[in-house]
Amino acid sequence: MEMLSGAEMVVRALQEEGVEYIFGYPGGSVLHIYDALFQQDKVSHILVRHEQAATHAADGYARATGKPGVVMVTSGPGATNAITGMATAFMDSIPMVVLSGQVRSDWIGDDAFQETDMIGVSRPVVKHSFMVRDPKDIPEIVKKAFYIASTGRPGPVLIDIPKDHTAPNKTFPFEYPKKVKMRSYAPVTRGHSGQIRKAVEELLKAKRPVIYAGGGVVQGEASEGLTALAHKLNFPVTNTLMGLGGFPGEDRQCLGMLGMHGTYEANMAMHSADVILAAGARLDDRVTNNVKKFCPGAKIIHIDIDPASISKNILAHIPIVGPVKQVLDDMLEMLNEHGGEPDQKALERWWQEIEGWREFHGLRYEVDENGQMKPQQVVQALYKATNGDAYVTSDVGQHQMFAAQFYKYKRPRQWINSGGLGTMGFGLPSAMGVQFAYPDAVVACVTGEGSIQMNIQELSTCLQYGLPIKIININNQALGMVRQWQDMQYGGRHSQSNMESLPDFVKLAESYGHVGIRVDRFEDLEGAMNEAFSLKDRLVFMDIYVDPNEHVYPMHIAEGSMRDMWLSKTERT
Amino acid sequence: MRRIISILMENEPGALSRVVGLFSQRGYNIETLTVAPTEDETLSRLTMTTNGDDNKIEQITKHLNKLIEVVKLVDLTEGAHIEREIMLMKVKATGAQRAEVKRTVDIFRGQIVDVTSTVYTVQLTGTTDKLEAFINAVGETQVLEVVRSGVSGIARGEKVLSL
Repeated sequence: MEMLSGAEMVVRALQEEGVEYIFGYPGGSVLHIYDALFQQDKVSHILVRHEQAATHAADGYARATGKPGVVMVTSGPGATNAITGMATAFMDSIPMVVLSGQVRSDWIGDDAFQETDMIGVSRPVVKHSFMVRDPKDIPEIVKKAFYIASTGRPGPVLIDIPKDHTAPNKTFPFEYPKKVKMRSYAPVTRGHSGQIRKAVEELLKAKRPVIYAGGGVVQGEASEGLTALAHKLNFPVTNTLMGLGGFPGEDRQCLGMLGMHGTYEANMAMHSADVILAAGARLDDRVTNNVKKFCPGAKIIHIDIDPASISKNILAHIPIVGPVKQVLDDMLEMLNEHGGEPDQKALERWWQEIEGWREFHGLRYEVDENGQMKPQQVVQALYKATNGDAYVTSDVGQHQMFAAQFYKYKRPRQWINSGGLGTMGFGLPSAMGVQFAYPDAVVACVTGEGSIQMNIQELSTCLQYGLPIKIININNQALGMVRQWQDMQYGGRHSQSNMESLPDFVKLAESYGHVGIRVDRFEDLEGAMNEAFSLKDRLVFMDIYVDPNEHVYPMHIAEGSMRDMWLSKTERT
Repeated sequence: MRRIISILMENEPGALSRVVGLFSQRGYNIETLTVAPTEDETLSRLTMTTNGDDNKIEQITKHLNKLIEVVKLVDLTEGAHIEREIMLMKVKATGAQRAEVKRTVDIFRGQIVDVTSTVYTVQLTGTTDKLEAFINAVGETQVLEVVRSGVSGIARGEKVLSL
C-alpha cells in the first residue's frame, strides 16, 4: 500500500473528493500541507487576502455549483478569521469543508503561539467538526467531512489538524474509503408518502393557495419540480430572499419576494391564503412578521429536509420531512397519475385579486425630477445591461433588497447573497468563488460603499487571478439600511450611519490594477453599464452615486401581520 | 413540565460539549446532567432533566437528534420509567440531633457511610422528590454539605435503549 505523510494524505483526500479549488491562506501550522500542495497540480489553491474572504469565496463557489466549497487556514487568527464565513454558510445551509491548522498536539492547551480552541470556537456555527488525533484517521475524517457537509441539510464542517500530524517524515498507509458508514448520521432520503398524499389532497381543495419557496428549493435542486408543479396547478409562487431564482422571476405566476421587504402582492396573497405550501423555507422572522398574526386562515404544508425547521416558528398542519426535490416530484407524479383538478373558478377569482394587488403597488418608487439617481434605477439598468443572465452576488443592506426586488432571476443559483446571517463583506469574495466556478460567466457584485470596504482587499486577489467581476457599488455615502431604520424609528437621528471621507473608488480600483468608472447622473448610467460589461476580461469597479435618502419599500410594520406594510415614506396599508 | 431525556451517544471527546453547548446556544435549560460509558465502551449514556412545554421539548429532541454524535434518544417521561438519583450528605450529628438524624435516615432507608464525633455522612438513593423530602426532614440548618448525582433513568418493562 502507498505510504504517505499526513500532509500528503490531506491533499490526496481532497483530490479523491474531486476538489477543484481550495481558498486559503498559509501560516505556521499548515506549512506541511502547503508544501504537499506545492508538489501536485490537481487541486488549485487560491490565495486570498483575508481568511474571511476565503470562506465567502468557497461559499460563493458552493452556492453557484452545489459542490462543497473548500477552505484552508492556519491556526489561531487564521482560523478565527474564518468564523464569520462559516457562520454565514451555516445559516444558509451551504456545504463547506474548512481545514484549519492547529498547534502541535503536545502543545494543545498550553496557550502556544497562534493557538485557539477552534473546535470550541466554531461549535455553534458548524454542522460538525473533527479534530485529527491520529494521522491514520485523516482519509476517513475527510471522507466523512465531505459526506456530512453535502448531505441532509448541508452545512460547514471543520477539520482541525495539529501540525505534528502532517509532518513529512512520518508516513502511513493510505487508502481512501469508498463509502461512509455512520451509525449516528442517516439523513432522510424520502418524504412520507402518506403525508405527501394528504398534502396533495389539501392543495386540490385550496381556493386561495400560495407556494412559498425558499433556499431549500435552490440548494436541493428542486427548482424544476417546483416550476412544473406550480404550472400544473396554476398556483402563485413567492420566493424567499434565499429562494429567488428557484422559480423564474419573469413568470406570470411569480409574485416576487415575500417578507419584510417583499412585494405587496406576495405579502397580501400570503396573508389571505387558505393553503400555503412552504417548500424548503424555514418561516423565519424576516418572512413572518409577528408569528401570532401570521396568515390567520392558512393551512400550512411544510416540506423540509431538517425536522427541526418544521413547526419551529409556525405550526405546520401537514409536516413533510424529506428532500424537497423528491417530495415535489412525488406530488407532481400523484397529480399526473390520479388526476384531480384544483378548483378553477376559485383560482380564477384568486388570480384576479392578486392581479389587483400587483397593479396597486408593483414595486413603484418615485423618480427624482432633478435627475438624482435612485438605487432602484441602478439595479434595473444592471438587469437590462446583462439581459437578466448575470450571476449576481450581493452584500447586505438596502442594495441587497433592491437587487432582490428589481433583478428578475431566471434560474436557481444565479442570485447569491448572505440571507440568514446578513454578512457585510460577502459580496466581492463570493463573486470570486462564482467566477472561479464559471470563468466565462458574467458575474456582477451589487454592493454599497459600506459593505465593499469590509473585504475591499480582495481586489488584489481578483487581479492575481484575472477575475473580470463587475462591481456595482451603489454609493449613497451612508449605511443605507441603518439610516432607513433611524429615519423611521429614531426620529431621523443618524447615529454613526454616515460614511464620511470615503476613498476615491475609481483611483482605488486603478491602484489595484482594475478599471474604475464613476457615475453621478442617471443619463450616464446606461452608457456606463454597457461600457463596463463590454470590458469582458477586466474587473470594472462602478462607483455609482445615488440618493442617500431613498428607502426600501414595501416594509413590514413591526409586530404586525404579513399584510401590514409601509408602501412609501407616507403611505401604509 | 419536567422531562427526563436519555441519550446514547458516541463516546468521543467533544461529544458532551456539543450537547451542553446546544442547550446554552438555544436558550434551553438543563436541570441535571449525568453521563458515563455503557457496557459498549464506544457509547456513552447521558441522562438529563429539563423543563418545557411540548413544543419546546419537541424542538430540544429534534436538535439533539441532529447532533452527529447522538445515536439514539428517548424522552423517558413519555412512558413508565424508573428514575434514581444518589445523594451524599454531611449532617451535623451532635447532642440530641445525633439520634434524631439516625432515625430519619432509617425512615428514608438511607445509610450512614461515614461517622465522626460530630458529623454523619449519609447516602440516600431515590427519586428527586424523595431526596428533597429527606433534606426537609433533616432540616436545612443541620445540613453541612450535599452532593447529588443528577437523575439517571431507565424505561420500565421490556423496552431498551440500545443499538
